Amino acid sequence: MSTVEKGQVMTANRLRDGDAVFLTRAGIWSEKIDDAALVQEPQATAALEARAADAVITNHITGQYLIDAERIDGKIRAALTRERIRTLGPSVRTDLGKQATGTAGAFAAVEG
Amino acid sequence: MYRYDEFDHQFVSERTAQFRDQANRRMSGELTEDEFRPLRLMNGLYLQLHAYMLRVAIPYGTLSGKQMRQLAYIADKYDRGYGHFTTRQNIQYNWIKLEETADILQALADVEMHAIQTSGNCIRNVTTDHWAGAAADELLDPRPIGELIRQWSSLHPEFSFLPRKFKFAITGAPHDRAAVKVHDIGLRAHKNDKGETGWEVMVGGGQGRTPMIAVTVREFLPEKEVIPYMEAIMRVYNLFGRRDNKYKARIKILMHELGAEKFKAEVEAEYARHPVQTTEVEQRELTRIEKYFAQPSFEKMSRFAPHFENAKRENVDFTRWAKNNLATHQVDGYTIVNISLKPEGGIPGDASGEQMRVMATLAERYSFDEMRVSHAQNIVLPHVKLEDTFAIWQVLKANDLAAANYGLIGDIIACPGLDYCALATARSIPIAQAISRKFADVKKQEEYGPVKLNISGCINACGHHHVGHIGILGLDKKGEEFYQITLGGSSSENASIGTILGPGFAAHEVPDAIETILNTYVKLREPGEEFLGAYRRLGPKPFKEALYATA
Repeated sequence: MSTVEKGQVMTANRLRDGDAVFLTRAGIWSEKIDDAALVQEPQATAALEARAADAVITNHITGQYLIDAERIDGKIRAALTRERIRTLGPSVRTDLGKQATGTAGAFAAVEG
Repeated sequence: MYRYDEFDHQFVSERTAQFRDQANRRMSGELTEDEFRPLRLMNGLYLQLHAYMLRVAIPYGTLSGKQMRQLAYIADKYDRGYGHFTTRQNIQYNWIKLEETADILQALADVEMHAIQTSGNCIRNVTTDHWAGAAADELLDPRPIGELIRQWSSLHPEFSFLPRKFKFAITGAPHDRAAVKVHDIGLRAHKNDKGETGWEVMVGGGQGRTPMIAVTVREFLPEKEVIPYMEAIMRVYNLFGRRDNKYKARIKILMHELGAEKFKAEVEAEYARHPVQTTEVEQRELTRIEKYFAQPSFEKMSRFAPHFENAKRENVDFTRWAKNNLATHQVDGYTIVNISLKPEGGIPGDASGEQMRVMATLAERYSFDEMRVSHAQNIVLPHVKLEDTFAIWQVLKANDLAAANYGLIGDIIACPGLDYCALATARSIPIAQAISRKFADVKKQEEYGPVKLNISGCINACGHHHVGHIGILGLDKKGEEFYQITLGGSSSENASIGTILGPGFAAHEVPDAIETILNTYVKLREPGEEFLGAYRRLGPKPFKEALYATA
């Protein structure tokens, strides 16, 4: 029986190169969605938002927003196809992006 | 050959220096994202799903070998070894870093290129017929008047903060290959009884979420009046165009809300306010610009090309490619070579750095050092001797550039879609690839005849789905991609907006649906009747019945 935990993840693009990044519990912006903090409580969401706002001020990231996601057996699956593509790279060029550099998410853009 | 003048050199290098400073100030925090965004957009730099995207302007899609090599160099050094040629006759790079963008702009400036006005609410890169100066049916080369408009509109302070983006398209031929009726302003050349040139002015066309066909506001505008008249249109738009709602801000909405008659009256009143003799373009200036587009020195040759005929006899693949991908040139012995960037299962419009260099070499060697990017995302060698086509084809074939599907169902237009684009609602490229594979056999494609199949991944319609004979629009339904099919669109002189056939399809159902539509056409067509003609005669009913019969 797999464990599923629903929640939200903070994501953004890194300012200097535009790469998709995800906010971790340690307050670091990781290229890998599995490192992200998945939160449920309003206070925790607010904390992610505050951290992201700080990272905007220190010019590390831009265009931050929360995405719906779930953790399944320790791996984070973004709810939307769009966000899963951001965790992987283009589905039509699997030789490029996170899926080619070992920082990919564990779930395909389109399943089944 | 088209070239910049001294003004361009100066402002492009100034602009590159300005951008370097702006980007540095952004990265140091001196500029906020809100302050920086309009600056980067005015230089063609977008933020997409995986990285920044840089859109490079290619006026009239015209490129020299040297410029194409530089695009290849940028692809290899700053991107991931490829670029994407777009429906705006431009090229986009998908993996750009902000910290390297100023260096890329400098590399572009080194070969007289830039990314200015490829984004933002300004007059965008002017597009023209990709066969300009070569097509047999052409009255005149549309590029000199395009260049006049480019020079007038570049960094024009009055038109740098329009309600919304603004696109010009120009054709010098009666058969419209530039989609002029679905642009904000379209110009089409006419000659009067005295042999003078005039321009039909069409306003308010567009695609996106509210597709419209342009209205003709002047049937025959004398050439020297083009700029002052365009100025009058732009002023009316600048004054009356809506700024309260981004989705109602294009000139097509103004035209629709005012009504064509009132819009024309406003333009004419504005035009009458300025005495023409003080604003009209001097013949001297037009002549100067025309020299930039002077025809190359063609040899006098026979229409009969023996090597070409022999090669066709001996090689069936070459014959097929020659039949589909060559177009009639205005000079005997020459032809227009259309290089399809749509190999079986490929990504429409993508070319690797190596392929760009191959095309550059071919252009230098065989086409007076000239190439064009077409709005259908292909590359054109505009001035080639028929006798050289076999040698060209062999090189193309060795580099996966010899798809013989030009103008056929495999020659699909597709936007980057959700694989790259932050605005997309669904993926476009995998749909194009699946259709391309389904109709891989060019013989089968030929049986269907000329069909334009266009795919967009959202309602902004970058993939021109509204004007595809068959259009596919990718949407999102509760997190699932699904695809709406339209029929009967056209971007040519008989422009029309496609009609939605019915409920959408899941991605895996689309290729079969397209086949059903094509087979219905084959069953019902009259001898010699092309797809679009048959659809216009039959209407959507038989296609609907065939598609949804078993549903």
